[in-house]
Amino acid sequence: MKLSFSPEDEQFREEVAAWLAANLGGEFEVIRGRGGPGDEHSFVEERKAWERKLAEGGWTCIGWPKQYGGRGASIEQQVIFNEEYARAGGPGRMGHIGETLTGPTLIAFGSEAQKERYLPGIRAGREFWCQGYSEPSAGSDLANVKTKARLDESGNQWLINGQKVWTSLAHESQYVFVIARTDPDSVAHRGLGFFLLAMDQPGVTVRPIEQLTGTSEFNEVFFDDAVCAADDIVGAPGDGWKVAMGLLGFERGVSTLGQQMLFQNEFDEVVKIAKANGAARDPALRQRIAEAHVGLRIMRFNSMRMLSGGGDDGSLQKEAMIYKLYWSSWHRNLGKLAMDVLGAESEIIAGAPYELNRLQSLYLFTRADTIYGGTNQIQRNIIAERALGMPREPRG
Amino acid sequence: MEFRFTEEQQMIRDTAEAFLAEVSTAAAVREVMATERGYDAALWQQISEEMMWPALHIPEAYGGLGLGFVELAAMQEQMGRVLLCAPFLATVGLGVNALLVAGTETQKQQYLAAIAAGSTATLAFMAPGSRPEAHAVQATWAADGDDFVLNGEYRYVLDGHTAEIFVVAAREAGSEGREGISLFVLPADTAGVSREWLPTMDQTRKQASITLQDVKLGADALMGEAGAAWPALAKILDLATVAVAAEQVGVAQQALDSSVAYTMERVQFGRTIASYQAIKHKAADMMLKVEAARSAAYYAACIADEALAGNPLGAGLAEAASIAKAYCSDAAFFNAGCGIQLHGGVGITAEYDIQLYFKRAKSTETLLGDAAWHRERLARQLLDGEAA
Repeated sequence: MKLSFSPEDEQFREEVAAWLAANLGGEFEVIRGRGGPGDEHSFVEERKAWERKLAEGGWTCIGWPKQYGGRGASIEQQVIFNEEYARAGGPGRMGHIGETLTGPTLIAFGSEAQKERYLPGIRAGREFWCQGYSEPSAGSDLANVKTKARLDESGNQWLINGQKVWTSLAHESQYVFVIARTDPDSVAHRGLGFFLLAMDQPGVTVRPIEQLTGTSEFNEVFFDDAVCAADDIVGAPGDGWKVAMGLLGFERGVSTLGQQMLFQNEFDEVVKIAKANGAARDPALRQRIAEAHVGLRIMRFNSMRMLSGGGDDGSLQKEAMIYKLYWSSWHRNLGKLAMDVLGAESEIIAGAPYELNRLQSLYLFTRADTIYGGTNQIQRNIIAERALGMPREPRG
Repeated sequence: MEFRFTEEQQMIRDTAEAFLAEVSTAAAVREVMATERGYDAALWQQISEEMMWPALHIPEAYGGLGLGFVELAAMQEQMGRVLLCAPFLATVGLGVNALLVAGTETQKQQYLAAIAAGSTATLAFMAPGSRPEAHAVQATWAADGDDFVLNGEYRYVLDGHTAEIFVVAAREAGSEGREGISLFVLPADTAGVSREWLPTMDQTRKQASITLQDVKLGADALMGEAGAAWPALAKILDLATVAVAAEQVGVAQQALDSSVAYTMERVQFGRTIASYQAIKHKAADMMLKVEAARSAAYYAACIADEALAGNPLGAGLAEAASIAKAYCSDAAFFNAGCGIQLHGGVGITAEYDIQLYFKRAKSTETLLGDAAWHRERLARQLLDGEAA
C-alpha cells in the first residue's frame, strides 16, 4: 500500500493549480464557490463564460481521448483536477452533464456523425446538455418509462411525446438526451431508445419546480411531438436501456475527491462557527463535530481505495458500492449538525422573501442527497443483492 | 496511488485466513476460552515457530521478518474474524511496538529476538479505574543509585497473567500528567512482581492485574530517558490502537457474513428471511460500516508504517489512530449487535457464535479508548487547537 501520488501527478497538480490561480479571478471572482447542487440557479451567464475560459485552457473534458479533444488524462489526473478545482473555489460546472454523461456515451455508443456533430460543442464549453431520464412514474423504477418515440410518416424524424422530471439546468441547455419507448407495447427495460434532442423547439416546454429552498434547479420537461432527427438515436431502437446503463458505468469516482473538498469547506465553516459561538464547548456537539470529521476523512480513504482499483474484471468493488449511501447520509447529517451548532440563530434567514444563508440551504437541500441518483433504500437493495448475494426484489 | 494490498500482502492475508480457519475453529475457541491461560500453548508455538507471525514486523536485524504494519493489520483482521485466542495483540501490538519505539539497542536484541522465538509479552500502564491517558500511569518509580525501585498496581493488562516479558509504565513519585513517566522492560518472574487473572466478560481475550512491590530493576531495564517516556508511550498506544482497529474490522466482517448466511437459510412465511427488505437493508448498513471501517483501519496502518520509519507522514499517527478506533469500535459493535438481531432467538443462545463477536466487539471497544474517548481527542485537535 502506498498513499502518495507519483511525482508526474504532483507536477500535473501544480499545473492545474497555477492555471486556476491565474484565471479564476477578475470577472470570474463573483462565481468563486457558487453553483453546484443547491445553487445551480446562480450566475448562469458568468458560469457559461467560465466554461469557455476553461475550454480555452484545455481544461474541459480532460478525461476524453485526445482524438475527441480531451487530454486522455488518467483517473489519477482527473481526480487531481477535480480536487484542485474545488480547492480553488471553482464554480459548479455548467458543462458537467455533457462532459461526464453525453460525451462518454457518444464515444462508446454513438455514430461517427453524432460524435462529429456533438462532441466539439461540449469540449468548447459552448453547448450544454440536460438529462431526460426520470418521469413522474419512473423514479426508482427508472425502466417504467412512458415517454414514447415514433418515426413519423416520412421516416426522417422521431416524434417524442411524454414528460420528464427532475431535469436540472433544463432551461439553460441547448440539448437533452432522453430515453423513450420505441416499441409502444413493450414494458420495463425492453423496447427503449436513447435520443438526442434540441431543447429550443416548439414541442419542448420547460416548467421549473420550486423546491423547499425557494429556488428551482429542477424542472419538468414536456415533450409534445418534439422532433429528433432520424439519425439522432444512439444505438438501435431497443438499445436504450443498454446505452443508459452503460452511461452510469462511466462514473469512476473521479469527482469524489472534488466533492469532498466542497464538503470540507462546509465542515470548516461549521467548525469556525462552533468556535466563535461557544458550541465548541458543548460536549454533545463536540462529539458530533468529531464524528463528522471522522466520517469525512474516511470518505477520502474510501475514495483512495476506489481509485486504486480492485478486481481486474471491472466489477464494482464493495467500497464503491457503499459510496453513494455513505456520502449522502454524511452530508445530510452535516446539514443537521450545522443548524444545531448555529442554535437559535439557525432560524433567522438572510432576508425576505426567502433568502437562505449557505448553511440553511445545506440543511434543506441535503434532504435531496439521499433521494436523487438512487435513493438510500435503492442503494441498500443494490448492496444487499449485488455485494451480499441476498435474494433480488420481485419485479413487476 | 496504490491504496490496496500488494500481491505479497494479499498472499500473507490469504495464508493467514486459510491457516486460522483450520486452527481457530468455533470448537477450538470455545475450548481454550474456558481456561485460565486462554490459549493453546502448542498452537502458539506453531504460530511463532512455523508461521513466524510474532516476528512479522520485527526488523531482520533482531531475528524478525522485517515486514510492515499493513501486513500486521491484515493479520490482526483475520484473527478478529475467527476470534483467535492467543496473546498476539499483547505480544506484538503492545510488546513489540513498545520495544521498537522505546527499546535500547541491547533491549531490542534481547527481547525482540526472544519474541521472534516464541516468548510472549505485554504492556502494563493503567491504574484501576483509569482511562488510557497519561493520568492512567499511577505506579511509581524511584531512583536508588543507578537502579530503580517500582511500586504500584495495574489492571486491564492483556494476557498479563501469562506473559513472559513485561513492559511497564511508572511515574516518578509526586509527578503529574505527562511529566515523570518512565518505561521499563523486565522478565515477568522478577522478584516483587505478582499477578492475578481477572476473569472477563469476553472470554476470548484474557486480562490480569499486576502488582509491583519494591521491584528492583537495574539501569538496563530503563527504556529511554528516565521521566521522559510519555511521547514514546503515547506512540506505542497509538500503534496498538491501530492493530485493535484492524481486529475490529475482522469482527465486523464476520458478524456480517455469519448473519447473512443465517438469514439465507432461515425460512419464515415460506421464504428465506434474507428476502425481506427489512433484513436486506440492515445487512447493507452493516456492509457500509465494515467497508468504511476497513478504509479507516488500513489508512491508519499505512500511517503507522510511516511513523515507525520516522517519516513525515507519521506525524498523523494519533489522528489516524483515533479516526480508525472511533469508527471501527462503533462498526464492530453495530454489526455484532445487528448480527444478534438478524439471528433472532438463536442469537442470544450460547450455542451460536454471534454472541462471542458481540462480546469481543465490546472488549475491543473499551480497550485503548472507546469511540467517544477518541472523538473527544479529535475534538481537542479540531476545536481547541491542541496538538495530537
